[in-house]
Amino acid sequence: MNETIPAPNDNDGKPIWKFLLGELKPKGKIFTPFNIISVPVILLGLVIIVIRFWKGIGAVTNLTQEVPWGLWIGFDVVTGVAFAGGAYVMTFIVYILKNNQYKSIVRVTVLNGFLAYVFYAGALLLDLGRPWNVINPIIGNNFGVNSVLFLVAWHFMLYMIAQLIEFSPAIAEWLGAKRAHKILSGMTIAAVIFGITLSTLHQSGLGALYLMAKEKIHPLWYSEFIPIMFFVSSVFAGLSMVIFEGSISHKVFGKQISEKDHKDQKGIVLGLAKICAGTMFAYFFLQLLVFIHNHHYDLLNTPMGYWFLLEMFGFVFLPMVLFFISYRTNNILLVQIASIMTILGIILNRLNISVIGFRWNAPVHYVPSWMEIVVTLTVLFVEIWVFRWVINRMPVLRGSPSWAKH
Amino acid sequence: MSLNRRGFFKVLGVTGAALAIGRDLKASPGSRDSIDFRGVLYDSVRCKGCHGCEFDCAEANGLPPPDPAKDRPPVRQTSETKRTVVNEYNTSKGTVYIKKQCMHCNEPACAAACLTQAMHKTKAGPVIWRSEKCMGCRYCMVSCPFDIPKFEYHSPNPKIQKCDMCYNRLKTGEAPACVTNCPNDALFYGTRRALIKEARKRIVENPKLYNDYLYGENEAGGTCWMYISPVPFAELGIKEIQKSSYPALTKGFLYSVPSIFVLFPALLLGIHQATKNDNPIPEE
Repeated sequence: MNETIPAPNDNDGKPIWKFLLGELKPKGKIFTPFNIISVPVILLGLVIIVIRFWKGIGAVTNLTQEVPWGLWIGFDVVTGVAFAGGAYVMTFIVYILKNNQYKSIVRVTVLNGFLAYVFYAGALLLDLGRPWNVINPIIGNNFGVNSVLFLVAWHFMLYMIAQLIEFSPAIAEWLGAKRAHKILSGMTIAAVIFGITLSTLHQSGLGALYLMAKEKIHPLWYSEFIPIMFFVSSVFAGLSMVIFEGSISHKVFGKQISEKDHKDQKGIVLGLAKICAGTMFAYFFLQLLVFIHNHHYDLLNTPMGYWFLLEMFGFVFLPMVLFFISYRTNNILLVQIASIMTILGIILNRLNISVIGFRWNAPVHYVPSWMEIVVTLTVLFVEIWVFRWVINRMPVLRGSPSWAKH
Repeated sequence: MSLNRRGFFKVLGVTGAALAIGRDLKASPGSRDSIDFRGVLYDSVRCKGCHGCEFDCAEANGLPPPDPAKDRPPVRQTSETKRTVVNEYNTSKGTVYIKKQCMHCNEPACAAACLTQAMHKTKAGPVIWRSEKCMGCRYCMVSCPFDIPKFEYHSPNPKIQKCDMCYNRLKTGEAPACVTNCPNDALFYGTRRALIKEARKRIVENPKLYNDYLYGENEAGGTCWMYISPVPFAELGIKEIQKSSYPALTKGFLYSVPSIFVLFPALLLGIHQATKNDNPIPEE
């Protein structure tokens, strides 16, 4: 990624449109490894998206009548939203529990969460066969209130607004809008409370989507407790992502971060490791209870059973132990390793329910096409581009301008 | 009025039960006892596997004519161009045919899944799809236990294709196209109660000919299409599914939503207030 140049914290004297035009220009080097890789992928992805709308979803995806949701839903939406869970956990810790230790990473976490939702909702539009009707559940008389998806869709929308409000003081500081800053800051706590409530419901709601697919999901993964599992795992999924992203941000955007925040980072990471270990223990225990309750012992000695054991022990139990050890031994590297393993474990879990274990017994399995993968990468890369654009301009990692503190 | 301990518990129990029942009634306004849907009884003993219904269906719905002789893998499936198929199975009682189409559940999973009410259970019985509402999310396909809704993946303006029991014909008092044209009288159209009666009659009158099971009476909480056959349905490639309603699987979750919506903000605000004075932070 590029070297960063600190942006001016004030736009005094310049007309607003001139300031905005100036901000649109790229900052830093153009030929960075990230740009060289991401630009061709994004261009290719855009071509595929055009084909998708021109010839239909079937022209670019391997979706079948039996497996109607593939990588775009299973990975982009179901997995991505779990990783965006860090935002509601961090706002809970900082604004509700008032733990100031984590205050310096709230903004970047909320920004990440917000962008994740915006881009996953965007990815959802690509997957909709009739996207021009997407307005139906929002307005008009077509409220399918019995639908879990209706709930999830509304919560996505409302939560995006809540996150935008949570993040808006940073935008006001960037624009130098002092009065707006005061008003928007005053709305933070309401947005946080609303946001946590919405997150609880739609994180679990994503799991509840699969409740009616009872006979289609492998019994080791299907249970009536999927919603609770999704909620609990979103806590450590989100925090692992915060740890992972933080370790990258501190390298790439290191210049923006104050000495004090650099020093605090270690304590933050260890604290997050502790929370991860705790929630993962609860999650593992829940999985164990559900497994015993469902009496599927015989299924363990099958290929899917080994796969299940690998997920549970290799990517839940083991990283949990690593988090625990790293916290006891103050080992940051170990925290980072554990967080990457946890991230892989969440990807495994969500895909096992939505793609791999969905119709596991079908004669023909769904495997995503290369075009589906390119589009997924496109969504991810564009998100990183926007993230970098914001980080280089708004006070997200660096401190707020002096007028905003009091 | 004096209220002793036992009386108190009685009142409590009755109130609780009333609340619980009241809630259930509200959740499923068209429970299968109060409304008599229309449906079709498919008699696999009478079906001679002529595939005529497939042609009638395609014609009635403006779909390309099927070619049953050509696509003959072991089991043919309904698809975005075939709303119904008849398959042939070698069973313990020789060759038996089985028709496949939408079962038109009493409490359809697809309609409960649909966030725009595009999938809709009509009062007459058919489950219909309405193009102007559908946004093509395919959640109905994920939810349907019979894998019935099919999606036109290769169209920029895709539709969901599924049997709608010829809803437009039903409205004019006609029977579905496949029923009208069946040369072997294998399809019997009527109210669900009449179908159950007829099925029982046929099984009782010819116990040697029929396997004593009415498929669809309880499957998925009851369906409007029902099957009787000479052999157990497992021999006809029909997987066993749960005997209760599929939308009920999500009820627990959906009921928890209002509680969480009320309790969580209150709880969070409470914690926020409780932690405020001890450890004030400078608000941004």
